[in-house]
Amino acid sequence: MAQEAQKEKSMILQKEMIDGLFNDLAQVKETGKKVCYTFIPGNLSELIRTFDMLPVYPEINALQSAMRKKSGGYIKEAEKNAHSEDVCTYVKCDVGMMMKGNIGPTGTKIPEPDILLLSYTGCFTFLKWFETLKREYPNAKVIMVHTPYQENAEITPEMTQYMVKQLKEEVIPQMEEVTGIKFDEEKLKGFLRLSKEAEDWITKIFDSTKHKPSPIDAYFAGVYYIGPINIGFRGTQEAVDYYKELYDEIQERIRLGLGPITPEGEMKEEKYRLVVEGPPNWTSFREFWKIFYDMGAVIVASSYTKVGGVYDLGWRHDAERPIESLAEYCMNCYTNMNIPQRISLLSKCITDYDADGYVTNSIKSCNSFSAGQLAMMRDIEDHLEVPVGFIESDLVDPRYFSYSNIKNRLESYFQMLEQRKSLKETV
Amino acid sequence: MKELKEIIETCKNYAFDLDFTKAKEWKAEKEGRVLVGYMPIYFPREIIHAANALPVGIFGGGDRKQIIKGDAYYQSYICHIPRSIIELALDKHMDHIDGFIFPSICDVIRNLSGIFKQQKIGKFVKYMDFPQNFLPQIGGVFYQQEMEHVLKYIKEINGVEVTKEALNHSIELYNKNRQMISYIYDVRQNYPWRLSIEDVYHIIRAGTVIPVEEHNAILEDVCEHIKKDIGVPQDKIKVVISGAFCEQPAIGLIKAIEEAGCYVVDDDYMLGSRMILGDIDSTSHNPLEAISNSYITQSQYSSSIYDVHDPKEYRLAKIVKDRGANGVIFASASFCDPSLLDAPIFQNAFNKLGIRYIAFQYSENINQFKVIKEQVGAFSDSIKLWEDEPVVAAQ
Repeated sequence: MAQEAQKEKSMILQKEMIDGLFNDLAQVKETGKKVCYTFIPGNLSELIRTFDMLPVYPEINALQSAMRKKSGGYIKEAEKNAHSEDVCTYVKCDVGMMMKGNIGPTGTKIPEPDILLLSYTGCFTFLKWFETLKREYPNAKVIMVHTPYQENAEITPEMTQYMVKQLKEEVIPQMEEVTGIKFDEEKLKGFLRLSKEAEDWITKIFDSTKHKPSPIDAYFAGVYYIGPINIGFRGTQEAVDYYKELYDEIQERIRLGLGPITPEGEMKEEKYRLVVEGPPNWTSFREFWKIFYDMGAVIVASSYTKVGGVYDLGWRHDAERPIESLAEYCMNCYTNMNIPQRISLLSKCITDYDADGYVTNSIKSCNSFSAGQLAMMRDIEDHLEVPVGFIESDLVDPRYFSYSNIKNRLESYFQMLEQRKSLKETV
Repeated sequence: MKELKEIIETCKNYAFDLDFTKAKEWKAEKEGRVLVGYMPIYFPREIIHAANALPVGIFGGGDRKQIIKGDAYYQSYICHIPRSIIELALDKHMDHIDGFIFPSICDVIRNLSGIFKQQKIGKFVKYMDFPQNFLPQIGGVFYQQEMEHVLKYIKEINGVEVTKEALNHSIELYNKNRQMISYIYDVRQNYPWRLSIEDVYHIIRAGTVIPVEEHNAILEDVCEHIKKDIGVPQDKIKVVISGAFCEQPAIGLIKAIEEAGCYVVDDDYMLGSRMILGDIDSTSHNPLEAISNSYITQSQYSSSIYDVHDPKEYRLAKIVKDRGANGVIFASASFCDPSLLDAPIFQNAFNKLGIRYIAFQYSENINQFKVIKEQVGAFSDSIKLWEDEPVVAAQ
């Protein structure tokens, strides 16, 4: 029987926040609140909140379906309806879930969208996803926000201007129209101040992996830590409180010299410190994590935890420049960065967090991450002389998680790390 | 005027010359000339032409280039075209090309631009972010700025400051080019036996690697030839091909579809050359704005363009109706996200509209089409033998 996961206060806080959101979603008929479907990268949480809307994140529904072992059935349902085997499994899981009644993780029906806020940030599939949803929800208003890609590793004034114009002339007026609420810039500024605070905390939290042993796992536990900041709570006092609590817990772990908490309790020995590129597999999340912690491997940084915003390079929401700040936020998400920028960011992580190795989890159905990962890996290996590992899985399609293949590959990789460590010690 | 056979043979050689010899020769003829490679789908070639540069279409190595290095750059579940493009670059087929443009099609081509940057291939690498906002004062302005960036890169190489007159002249040349291609498709709609789709493909693809002036001369001759009643009609159904806009099918596959009992009366194989429907204003005081407006208001539907305000399924249905086609063949490159993600949208709509279709996947380097040929043959037979009524009730 699976062991009961340990729970700290921050985990309970997070659970309460998420349960609260789903309860609010279940009551929209009574409360009359409008529902806004949107995506994690480039999520405009503060703006959604300014209009008193409730957010729904189809990727989150998909990954939660996977963790509850329901995604396989949903994907098959979508494939029966002409969806290819070879495209994004988040999309298929979402479509399949919708075809099966759109029942969310808490067992209640997720309400239909009033707005499909297409924050087209760093992922081309988002655009196709909402084109598909628009045909299923003809009454929803689709609002497109085209986020220019950082193709030249920079955010130019033209790019910001383009986004600001979209936000001011298209997004905000349409939100006003759907919600019947007039845009209140002061209200938005208030949320942005709290966003900055939460961003400061989360940066400190992920920076704690500089300690040895690292008090947290910045990938497997990291995906939980980014929950509140990414799924609609950025800009709230609740999120700030959550991150303060989490930070205090981590400080206490550092004081006690403890390693990360895993689903089977504290990790006893930190043998390897790794940086991971790519999203995790969600269908076998615990088995996947277990392979790492059983080998004493802790993830000290990951690209995936930056998918909803890159804060470790210093960027923050700025209440004094509210709309510009929203625009910059969208452009600053990890998958909106070009390949040399990604290499540079991951190399910095390897150096700053004194990692022993770099592992790519290549996701079959996510080209936004996967296309270019092999070149990135070679570049990092050449420049930093760090051992690199490569495994393949998928986001939410259980057919593409091969436990034995992944375990074999990782075991070989850890052997390589071990030999390298021994050699270093000999020298 | 040259014989049609001779013209087609010349075009074949241009279209699949993986060393881009013609472009190389053009560049060597005069100092200050620049070659700019562009990937599918669409790029406004007019602006490159106006800057004393030659746009060079890069559509991968097809079945003519063995992939060795490229496979080390891409996982097996990523489409074929980026690995063949990187192979061409690493094998120095494109060394004389000065800069590279990657239009926004999908995440794979976007990230390929990053690999070109990382590998320092070319004097400049530009990911061209086409606007997904279609208001002239928002998306239109952004698009003009994107074009200005490209012109700046070219100017850094050859010092050419593009004038309004030069741009309007280039627009005129490409308008003429599009008109003649459009004429060829119109003739084929009624007399598809006069020129096979394979020949059309070679003729249009040749135009992506040679100067537009030369291509226009070729097209003029082709148009003259097909005005005559040439060829022998055959008992085939008429189809429209959709989904093959980026990674190109091997020429054998293009041929196989017609051999299997279909006349292809419209397609999206070389969509970029036909993306703008109708002329672009060539008398504007602001030609970049004219080009931008044409993209915003006169583009063909495409899997890379956000379509919510003008649904693609009805646009394709209209093409089927206008061309008098009996059905649609959805041909998608394996692992092509834009094309495959559109499949349910098209197919669900066509089920409701009563438009017949089949769907298959291909890869640019696969030259075995037996199964596809049988599938297409069965589709053609099913329509010829059991269906009497013309199709389509497009909205």
